[in-house]
Amino acid sequence: MKAAGRLTVRARGLVVGLPFGWLVLFVLLPSLIVFAISLVEPRLGAPPFTPLFSHGSGALPRFDGKLDNYLLIFSDSLYVAAFLSSIRIAVSAALITLVLAYPMAYAIARTGPRWRTPLLMLVVLPFWTSFLIRVYAWTGILNSNGLVNNALRHLGVIAEPLPLLHNEFAVYLGIVYSYLPFMVLPIYAVLERLDWKLLEAAADLGAPPWRAFLRVTLPLSLPGIVAGLLLVFIPAVGEFIIPELLGGPGTLMIGRVLWTEFFSNHDWPLASALAIVLLVLVLTPAIALARVTRRPEDAA
Amino acid sequence: MRRRSGLAITALAFGYAFLYVPIAILIVYSFNDSRLVTVWSHVSTRWYGELLHNAQIGDAFFLSLRIAAVSASASVMLGTLAALAMRRGRRFAGRSAFEVLVMMPLILPEVLTGLSLLLLFVLLGNFFGWPSERGATTITLAHITFGMAYATIVIRARLSELDPLLEEAAADLGATPVRTFWRVTLPLLMPAVLAAWLLAFTLSLDDVVIASFVTGPGASTLPIVIFSSVRLGVSPQINALATLLVCAVALIVGVATLTLARAKK
Repeated sequence: MKAAGRLTVRARGLVVGLPFGWLVLFVLLPSLIVFAISLVEPRLGAPPFTPLFSHGSGALPRFDGKLDNYLLIFSDSLYVAAFLSSIRIAVSAALITLVLAYPMAYAIARTGPRWRTPLLMLVVLPFWTSFLIRVYAWTGILNSNGLVNNALRHLGVIAEPLPLLHNEFAVYLGIVYSYLPFMVLPIYAVLERLDWKLLEAAADLGAPPWRAFLRVTLPLSLPGIVAGLLLVFIPAVGEFIIPELLGGPGTLMIGRVLWTEFFSNHDWPLASALAIVLLVLVLTPAIALARVTRRPEDAA
Repeated sequence: MRRRSGLAITALAFGYAFLYVPIAILIVYSFNDSRLVTVWSHVSTRWYGELLHNAQIGDAFFLSLRIAAVSASASVMLGTLAALAMRRGRRFAGRSAFEVLVMMPLILPEVLTGLSLLLLFVLLGNFFGWPSERGATTITLAHITFGMAYATIVIRARLSELDPLLEEAAADLGATPVRTFWRVTLPLLMPAVLAAWLLAFTLSLDDVVIASFVTGPGASTLPIVIFSSVRLGVSPQINALATLLVCAVALIVGVATLTLARAKK
């Protein structure tokens, strides 16, 4: 680290202290509170949960935390099913996104430099426009009276509308559609730096194009693929809006179950316990992501 | 070679169609006169007219705009400080904890962020009497927290590209660190600061989940109003509103990108 830009002690204290303090107050502390509340029981009143500590017989307050909420989550088939189907949906949707995104990233990386920036901008632009509105747009297309069904009926292909909306298919579609840019960008970033002479070398050595792709391009783009898969999996597994708007009543996803426990059943402690299990679920892929995307400068 | 470029064009055409056709359909149908959204009658701007007279949506829009502007501004200030601390500061105790904490809001599921901040506000309210009620203030605080994480990433990336020699030169010429920051570092960071502000602003304007948790009675942001409406099904007024929002964002982001690209040259 160079001497330049080093700040005086007081200014430095502010530069570090202000954002650090904010993060401790609004990220670390709330997460600890969620964990604490996950150990208590719901009750009627404000706040709608029992205290974690109570006045015991001695001088020290008594710790009243229990693991009941967690035991319930892991024994009740509804919650177990919700976790399993969240993982299944997020993993499959990430793989489908990969299949769609890889050819796009590859094609963008192989176009001339003049075209790359506008093509990339077109991939990123939807990310800027409202996520909610983009998910909502599909309800008008997929619903039983929607564009696809009307068109098919008009053409005489079907007599009865196809059940396209409010099922798992629509949820996959919503995730792939919403998170496609998250997959294209990291794969593009890797392919852009790829030395295409390696492919020429493979061709000179007699490898047909598909073989060169499988043995050279694909292994070299693996970091981008892994980063993309994780970038789609992490938000998808805790997704609420997509299963709520596009999924059916039976589409169980943990974000949705948590929402119901909190807003409909007013069971804040159980919602907290679900949130903690969800946190554990995203933490492993998040750590993997940090390793894959770690740049050399960060390692120093 | 020809066959490959044919494949590439197919992949791109399919990908971009997938990304843009649903939005295009939404825009087209916002000009449909029929109340039944999917049955085309004839072109009209009827729903835009009704939208203008919808007081609930109007109020929600201005509330969201205010929250987004305040939280985006605070986000870039905190994000700039965080980026400086990570890229220009000396190592300090807890630095790796700091780097992890900065990224946490990006990784945490929205339902967890929303729930955790709500619990924080409830407990703070119980112990200290503040916040006495939840609403615009608590939503703003929540939005600053995730906006700051995005702002830090955008500004830090730019800071890493800057030549430290420029700051060193300013210091050699006798500028204090604070003056160096205002006269050298910040002007060089400005494109990233603007991009970060825009990102934090649009993310705030789009948030349903976190706002739903931390809001209170009487504070319904635009996304909350849209969400409660579209949960019940497709609505022509929401189509008109969505069209306006999508076009506004596309216009602002497009102009900003072109301006920044020109400034770089």
